[in-house]
Order: sequence, then structure tokens, then C-alpha cells
Amino acid sequence: MAHAHDAHAHHDDHHHGPDKGIMRWIKTTNHKDLGTLYLFFAFTMFFIGGLMSLVIRAELFHPGLQFVQPEFFNQMTTMHALVMIFGGVMPGFVGLANWMVPMMIGCSDLALPRVNNWGFWILPFAFAMLIGTLFMDGGAPAGGWTMYPPLVLQTGNAFPFLIFAVHLMGISSITGAINVVVTILNMRAPGMTLLKMPLFVWTWLITAYLLIAVMPVLAGAVTMLLTDKYFGTSFFTAAGGGDPVMFQHIFWFFGHPEVYIMILPAFGIVSTIIPTFARKSLFGYDSMVYASASIAFLSFIVWAHHMFTVGMPLAGELFFMFATMLIAVPTGVKVFNWVATMWKGSMTFETPMLFSIAFVFLFTIGGFSGLMLAMTPVDFQYHDTYFVVAHFHYVLVPGAVFSIIAAVYYWIPKWTGRMYNEFWGKVHFWLSAVFINLTFFPQHFAGLAGMQRRVPDYAVQFTDFNVISTIGAFGFFVAQFIFIFNMLSSCFGWFGRKQGLPDRVWEGAHGLEWTVASPAPYHTFEDPPQFSDSEGTAIHDEAVAKA
Amino acid sequence: MSGREQQQPSVRRASNMHAVRLLFVTAAMFGFGFALVPMYNMLCDALGINGKIELKAADAAPVDVDPNRTVTVEFVTTVNGGRNWEFHPDQPSIEVHPGKLYTVTFFARNTEDHDLVAQAVPNIAPWEAAKHLKKTECFCFNQQPFKAGEAKDMPVVFMLDPELPPDVDRVTLSYTFFDVSDIAMKPN
Repeated sequence: MAHAHDAHAHHDDHHHGPDKGIMRWIKTTNHKDLGTLYLFFAFTMFFIGGLMSLVIRAELFHPGLQFVQPEFFNQMTTMHALVMIFGGVMPGFVGLANWMVPMMIGCSDLALPRVNNWGFWILPFAFAMLIGTLFMDGGAPAGGWTMYPPLVLQTGNAFPFLIFAVHLMGISSITGAINVVVTILNMRAPGMTLLKMPLFVWTWLITAYLLIAVMPVLAGAVTMLLTDKYFGTSFFTAAGGGDPVMFQHIFWFFGHPEVYIMILPAFGIVSTIIPTFARKSLFGYDSMVYASASIAFLSFIVWAHHMFTVGMPLAGELFFMFATMLIAVPTGVKVFNWVATMWKGSMTFETPMLFSIAFVFLFTIGGFSGLMLAMTPVDFQYHDTYFVVAHFHYVLVPGAVFSIIAAVYYWIPKWTGRMYNEFWGKVHFWLSAVFINLTFFPQHFAGLAGMQRRVPDYAVQFTDFNVISTIGAFGFFVAQFIFIFNMLSSCFGWFGRKQGLPDRVWEGAHGLEWTVASPAPYHTFEDPPQFSDSEGTAIHDEAVAKA
Repeated sequence: MSGREQQQPSVRRASNMHAVRLLFVTAAMFGFGFALVPMYNMLCDALGINGKIELKAADAAPVDVDPNRTVTVEFVTTVNGGRNWEFHPDQPSIEVHPGKLYTVTFFARNTEDHDLVAQAVPNIAPWEAAKHLKKTECFCFNQQPFKAGEAKDMPVVFMLDPELPPDVDRVTLSYTFFDVSDIAMKPN
């Protein structure tokens, strides 16, 4: 290290702070700046996608058509999903990885900082193009985010923009993923072996591999759609000998691992926060790592459970049903480990902890409804109903989104040096927890009773459930402004918030990120730190670390 | 301007190599997405699980007729894209004995005021029956040109082979007519 320092001493640029003005953000290769950009981008997309969901919920407040035409309603369901998945949840997790992975493993930046900059700056263009389709002739894509042909091939002028936007999102995700893998495997601080890495780093490593494996497959699938529409190929066009069902196979070969791409980092976050506020090391560290890896592996062999109703041989239905149910085993290991970590801990209930506990509870509900959907015979009833909508929103909102919120509460004192307001944090939590259940729990019942998804109208007997659901959605949306103002106040020091927190902001927190100053300096760990045994012991569960 | 300059050269080299390797994986997975297409078709063919049948004449070798077994074959027709061409079977269903050849006819009329080329795509339910329905002659083997207003009676000669699984007593043969005027190739 000393050698490297000498060799590059003439650069003398590694101690000055960031550039000034807008160019700082456009040209930055600093992982903290890019993490911040990713997070601001993600929350902007959460806002836009949230507005779209409010259009959907407002229309469904009553049966019949009140506010929008069915065509526009379909555009809203399609765009809501694309914006939330590719614009909100995924960049949100990439932002957290940008900020935290280098600080957790003790390196100065990601391995490929300039690629990191490109990876981020592709996204605004991708989403400008995607959201711009709303203002085109024929409107935005309306065939569902899964882009099934032949329906999606009827999309008007928006079609090539949709495809190209998906390509760009894919490139952005892949560059981010390659960066994370290369950083984690090459640049850990001396003394940090793989099985001493914080769980968030582990889950992101696995997520990054999933991204590298499946985003190119999605890119291939949408390229085939593009050539089917414009270049006379017949991958999915039955008239030319193609098969629309094949698209569903290819899409869900991407789509199911994608589901775990959106939840594995959340597992990492919760596995970091719960030990901090239970003041115990994580129970069953190794089993957490192996469970994450098993989930990632299993995600590749269960895709057809999304399409039981297209018709497949009995053997296929049985295989995909049992393989899907198998995922409950490693997931159950994780849930039990979180509960065991809390067991007999000296628990306190700061906001990040509240969100994490809610995650454990509500994600498990989403997991159980997933198990119900895994059963082929009953899936024929549940398929394309609101039961499915309730299921995946339970794992995505109180699952993935709650974990992103928890992570921001947990680390924002480290990022900005200013504590968030605990009272408003708790208010935000309770409003979110109540309203999110109000939104999505009744949808289970509506779905079981036969209410279809992606339809702007419904039979009158579903009215009560939908009224409750719409009230919940509006309440949840409004409650998020408490969070936004709380976080912006910490960023910009509004309401007289002062810096001056200890390095270890939470006294129960462990890991290298808590050994640097608060706020974290622009450059951290330019000389790799020694990862001490005591810190490693605190991360890893004690019995194993001693052995 | 940070990060990269401070990395040790050995770490930087290792990182670059690693990134290049992962780029190759990315490219390979992009290719794999396309490789899924022939894999899918081969698997469907080998296992006969897609209800898809080959668009060429089957071997019509005479086999033993099984007069004791009767299977109902139903015919379903659809015109793709909501076009209002007339297209229907001349008989909704027939009773057949496995091993015997039957001829049925379908009627189609181009109700539009311009010429077009249509292609019928067959599908069979249940999928187990797909490889046991043998057609020696079918209008789906070729693209069908229609003049404006032209009507045609189109024959299908087929037989169910006696290997049809015993629990199948009803087979549905469905045809969807697609307008392929834009991509009309010469018949193969």
C-alpha cells in the first residue's frame, strides 16, 4: 500500500473533496456520490410509480368506469410495474450497494468507478424514454409488464421505445452487478474472509450473479419480440411456425430469478439491522449464507409455476410445484434465524428495527401466500386474480421496499452525520404498517372470490374490499412524505439538525462502516484497514467464530 | 477522480480480468436466451408436449382398424386478429375408429375486397393426442392464396393411430387462420 501511495503521490488528488456544482454529479466516479444519485433516482421513480398506482386505485374505488378509459388503465398497470421494478426497487438496492459495499469490506471505491458512473447515467435516459411513451400516439405499453406476445406486438409507436428502454435498464443492471462482484471478490480488507463478510455483502454478491445470469436472457427475449414485429422473424408468431408460449418460458426464466434479485438484498439488510438492535450477533450466520445461495439456485428451476394454466404435462406441473415448495425451506431457515436473533436479545425499537421486524412478519405472509400459489390445482383458481396481486405486493412492498426504507433510516446518520427525527420516524412506520395492510390484505379476499387483475371494472360484490384497498393506498402514499422530509432534513440540516454523531452511531452496530467518521468522509479506506477479530466475531455468530 | 489511482496494480489487473470474464458470461447468457428457442422446439418435439403438429404429410401406411373403439374428433376454427373471414368446418365433429383414414372439409371465404394469403396453424388438445393424429393431406401444409371474395372447400385427410392413449375419447383439432400476405413466401 505504501508503495502504491508513493507511485501515485504526484496525483495528490485523493484528499480533496468533491467538485462543485452540477458537474460533480455528472462526472462523479465516487461510490458515495453514485449511491446518493441511485437512491434519489429510485425514490423519484417510487413517487412516479406510486402516482400511477393511485390512478389504478382511484379507478377501482368503485365498480364501473369513473376516471380513466380502460386503455389508459392498462397503461397504468403496465407502467407502474416497469417503473417500480426496474426504476425503484432495483436502483434502490444498487444505490445501497454503492454506498455500503466498499465501506463494509474496507476498500476505497468500487473496482470500476467509471463503469459505475455510466451504469447510473444510463438510467435517466432509459426511463425518460419509457415514461415518454405516455405522451405518444397510442399511449404507453399496455400489454402488462411481462410483455407477452401476441398482445404486446399490438403496442403502437411505444413498442420500440419499450424494448430499447428494457435493453438500457439491463445494461445498467449488468454493469452494476459486474462491478459489485469484482469489488467483493478482489478488494476486501486483509483479514476479511468470505465467511466473515457482512450478510448484506453476501446477499448482494449472490444477487449480482443472478443479475449477470438472467438480465441478458431478458435482453434476448425482448430482442426476439423486436425482430418479430419489425424484421419478419417468427420466434413467437404462430403464423410463421413460432410459439407464443415459448416467450413465457424464456421470460420467466429471467423473471423468477428477478424476483429473488429484488428480495435477497432485503434479506441482507434485515440480517444487518436486527442484530444491531437485538444486541446479539446474527443467529446462524453460515446457514444464512447457504440459504441465500440455495434460494438463488432454486430460482432457476421453478419458472413455470408462473404459467401453470398454459397447459403442461402432469409431470411438469408436479416438478415445478415441488421445486417451488422447496424454496420455503431455505426461506424458513432465514425467518427462524431472524427470530432466533431477537430471542432473548436486549431489544430496542428504533425506526429501522421497527421496519425490519415488520419485514420479517409481513414478508412471511407474502411467502405463505406464495406457497398457496405454488400448488398447481389451486393455482388454476388463483391465476390472474387479485390474490396474486396481494401476494407479490406483500413480498415487494412490506418486503423489498420496507427493507430499503429501513436501510435508509439505519445508515443515514452515517451518510449525513445527522440523526433523523425518531418521533416522525415512528409515526411514519406506524402509518406505513397500518396502511400497507389496509391496501393489500383485502385483495387476498377479493382475489379468492374471483376478482381479476388488470381489469378497470369489477362485479359489485367486490366493492367493499376495493374501497378499503384504495383508502389504504392513498394513506400509504401520503405517509411517505413524512419519510422524505425526515430524510431530506438529515441531508440538508433542515430544522436545525446538527452534525456531531459518534462513529458508531448505534452502539450495537458492528462492521467496518462504523469505524469511519460520521458523516463518512468523501474518501474512506484509501489504505485498507485491518479487519479485527472482535469486529469479525460480532458479525459472525459467536460459536463458529471462536472455533 | 479517486479510487482507481489508489488501487494496487496487482488488484487492478485482477479486477479487470475478472470484469472481462464476467462480460463473457454476460455475452454467453445472451446467447443462451436464443439457444432456448431450438432447445424448446426439440424438447416439445421429442416429448410431443405442445399440441403442435408438423406441417407436412404423415406416413399413411395402412394399419389395423380397431372397430371396437370410437373416438370423437371435434373441429374448431378461429380467424386471428378479429378479421371477419368465413372459416368453419363443414361438420362440427365426427366419430372415428383409430387406424382408419377419414376425409373432412373446411369452408373458407375471403370476405375482404382484396387478395390475401392465409396460413392455417393447427393445434391439438389434449396434447397427448398430438403425435397420434396423422394427416396425409391438409390445407395447413401450404399457404392458401385467396382472391377477393373467393371461397374454397378445403379437405383434410387424417387418421388416429391405434396407439392413442386409451383414456382419450375426445380429440379437438383446432385451426387458426393467419393473414400472412405481408410475409407470404412460396409454398414449401
